[in-house]
Amino acid sequence: MSARDDILRGVRQALAGVSPAVEVPAAPRVPDRGDLVALFVERVEDYRAVVTRCAPDEVDQVVRDVLGSARAVVPPDLGLDLPGAVVDDVFTATELDAYDAVVTRAAVGIAETGTVVLDHQPDQGRRAITLVPDLHVCVVDGGQVVADVPDAIALLDPARPLTWISGPSATSDIELDRVEGVHGPRTLHVVLVG
Amino acid sequence: MSGTFVGMPAFPTAAREALGDTQLRRNLAHATHVIRDKRAKVVAEVEDWEELRLAGAGVKEAALRDLATHLETLEASLVRAGATVHWARDAEEACAIVAQVTKAHGVDEVVKVKSMATAEIGLNEALEAEGIAAWETDLAELIVQLGDDLPSHILVPAIHRNRAEIREIFLRRMGDVGRPAPVDLTDEPAVLAAAARAHLREKFLRAKVAVSGANFAVAETGTLVVVESEGNGRMCLTLPEVLISVVGIEKVVATWADLDPLLRLLPRSSTGERMNPYTSTWSGVTPGDGPQEVHVVLLDNGRTRALADDVGRQALRCIRCSACLNVCPVYERVGGHAYGSVYPGPIGAILNPLLHGVSDEQTASLPYASSLCGACFEVCPVRIDIPSVLVDQRAAVVDSHRGDRVPKAEAVAMKAAAWAFSDSRRLAWAEKASGLGGRLLRRFGRTTLPGGRAAAGRLPGPAAGWTGARDLPAPPEESFRDWWDRTDGGRDGGAR
Repeated sequence: MSARDDILRGVRQALAGVSPAVEVPAAPRVPDRGDLVALFVERVEDYRAVVTRCAPDEVDQVVRDVLGSARAVVPPDLGLDLPGAVVDDVFTATELDAYDAVVTRAAVGIAETGTVVLDHQPDQGRRAITLVPDLHVCVVDGGQVVADVPDAIALLDPARPLTWISGPSATSDIELDRVEGVHGPRTLHVVLVG
Repeated sequence: MSGTFVGMPAFPTAAREALGDTQLRRNLAHATHVIRDKRAKVVAEVEDWEELRLAGAGVKEAALRDLATHLETLEASLVRAGATVHWARDAEEACAIVAQVTKAHGVDEVVKVKSMATAEIGLNEALEAEGIAAWETDLAELIVQLGDDLPSHILVPAIHRNRAEIREIFLRRMGDVGRPAPVDLTDEPAVLAAAARAHLREKFLRAKVAVSGANFAVAETGTLVVVESEGNGRMCLTLPEVLISVVGIEKVVATWADLDPLLRLLPRSSTGERMNPYTSTWSGVTPGDGPQEVHVVLLDNGRTRALADDVGRQALRCIRCSACLNVCPVYERVGGHAYGSVYPGPIGAILNPLLHGVSDEQTASLPYASSLCGACFEVCPVRIDIPSVLVDQRAAVVDSHRGDRVPKAEAVAMKAAAWAFSDSRRLAWAEKASGLGGRLLRRFGRTTLPGGRAAAGRLPGPAAGWTGARDLPAPPEESFRDWWDRTDGGRDGGAR
C-alpha cells in the first residue's frame, strides 16, 4: 500500500466514530477605531518603520527625496516618475544585490496590526525585488487601508503569492532583545497617500 | 552537549543536571519573563481575546475532525497549482524524499527556513549522511547549528545562550562553513545579527534548493503559509529554483478565511507582537516569480496515533507559538534540553508521548514534568487543555506497566490500598495503626506545622522522596468511625 493510502486509512481509522461536525464560533471583529489611516500610521511607526504622509500630487517628489542617490529597482507598472530608477528585468538575486532600494505599491494596508500586504501584481513586482535591496519604499493609498486581518483576507486572492510586511525585518533571537534588520530590508519607508 | 536528542536520560535525571547550571537558569529566567510580559501586553489590547481563542480552537478542531477529506482536498489543490505532493509515513521516508529531490538537481547543499517538522524528523543529520549540507538560516537555529548544540525552545531555539556565548560561537565556527565573522565582532545583538546577515547572504544568493515547513496549509486553495521575522524565510521561499516544504498533516485548515483567527492569535502569543514582520503565502508555482519547482511532503510520523486519542487529539491543534513554555514554572527552571525532544515544555510533555507512545522510559517520564498548575492552558491560543492531557497520559504510562513482571512500588502501594479499603475490618485495622503512628509522632516527633499540629519530618527509605521537601501531618489519633462509635454519631456530645 502506498504511503498516501496508508496515511489516509490511518486518519480514517483514528477518527472512526468521531463526529466531524464541530461548531466553529465566528471570530470577533475589532470595535470601531475611528480614523483607520491615522491608526495605520501609528501602528506602522510602532515597528520603527518610517512613514511619510503626502497628497497625491506630491508622491513622485516625496519618493525621490526618500531615495536620494540610492540605486533603485522598480516594478514595471509602478507609475511614478523616478529618474535613474531601473525597471526589474527579471534580475537574478545577485544582480538585485547591487541595488540599494526598491519602490513598490501595495495591495492592502491593515490598520490594527500596521501591516502592508503585497500581492505582487505588476505595480509591486516579483517577490525577490522587495527582498534583496536594503531599503523598501512602499507607496500605500489611504483608500487601501482596512480595519483588521479578516478584512484583508477577504480582499486578497490566495492564488497569488502574498507577502505580509509589518515593519522592517527583525529578530529577537539574542536574549529576546529586538534588533531591526536581519535578512530582509533593514529600512521600511511607507509613503501614505491621502 | 552533542547535536542529538537520542539517548537523552529521563526527565528527572536531565532536569537535575540542568538545575545545577546557574548560567542557564539566569538566561532562561530573563528570557521567559521578557517574552511573557510582551505577550501579556499585546493580548490585553484585544478586547475579545477569549472569543478569538474559541474561534481559533474551533477552526483547528473542525479541520482535525475531518482530516482525511481536507488532506485529499489539499492534495488536489496543490497539484492543480503546479506542486508535486509526496506522502511520508515517518521521519525516514520524509528525509529520503527530501534527499532524493535535492540529489535530482545535482546539488550538495540546501538552505533551510526554521521548521519544527524538519527538526522533528532529524532532516539535517539525514541529509548530511547523504552528503548534502543543510544550512539553517534562522539566527537562533544558526547559533544552535554552529555551536553543535540542541534547540531548547520552539520559537527561540538558542534561548539558553547569552550574547557573550553567541559571539564566541560565531568567532570560532563561522569561518569553517563560509564567510567568517569579522575579527572585531562585539557582543551587541545588532552587531551579531549583522554578522549573521553577511555570513548567510552568500548562501542565499547561490542556493538552488530550499527546505521549509509551513505554519498552515489551506486545503481549498493549496496555499502554504510561513510566519517569520528575519526575512530568512522569504529568502528561502523566493530565491531558489526548487522549494521543498515538509508539512505535518495536522497543519491543514479547511478554507482561506479560516486563517483569520489563527493569524491574529499566533504573533501575539508567540513573539508578543501585533503581527510578525513577515508572513509569506504561496499556492504551488507562480510563473515568473519564485521557485518554479515546488514539492510538498505531507508527514504523518505519529500524528495519526495522536489523532486516535480522544483526550489527546486536541494537542494536534497546536500552532507552535510556545506561549506555554514561557509561562511554565517547570520549563523556566530546567530549560528545553531536559525534555529530550525538539518539542519541550508543556506541549512537548504531551505531544511526544502522543506521537510516539510511552514505551520508552524517557518519553514516559514527560507527562510527570509538570505541577499541573494550568498556566499553559490559560495562555494557549487554541485552548489545548494541557493539564487534562497530562493527567490522561500519566494514566497511559501506568496502564503500560500493568503487565510488568516486577510491579513498580507505586503499583504495589495502590494494590495494598485497594486491599485495605475493600474490607471494613481491614480498614479499621489500618486506621488503628495510623492512629498509633499519630500518637507516637505527637510524643516523639520534633516537627510541628504552623498552627501546632505535629508532623513527620524527613523519613528514611522510599518515603524520603516525598518527605525530603514536605512535612507529613501527623495522622489523627482517632478515626471518624471510632469517633462515631464512641459518641453515637455525636449525640453524646462528642468531646473527648
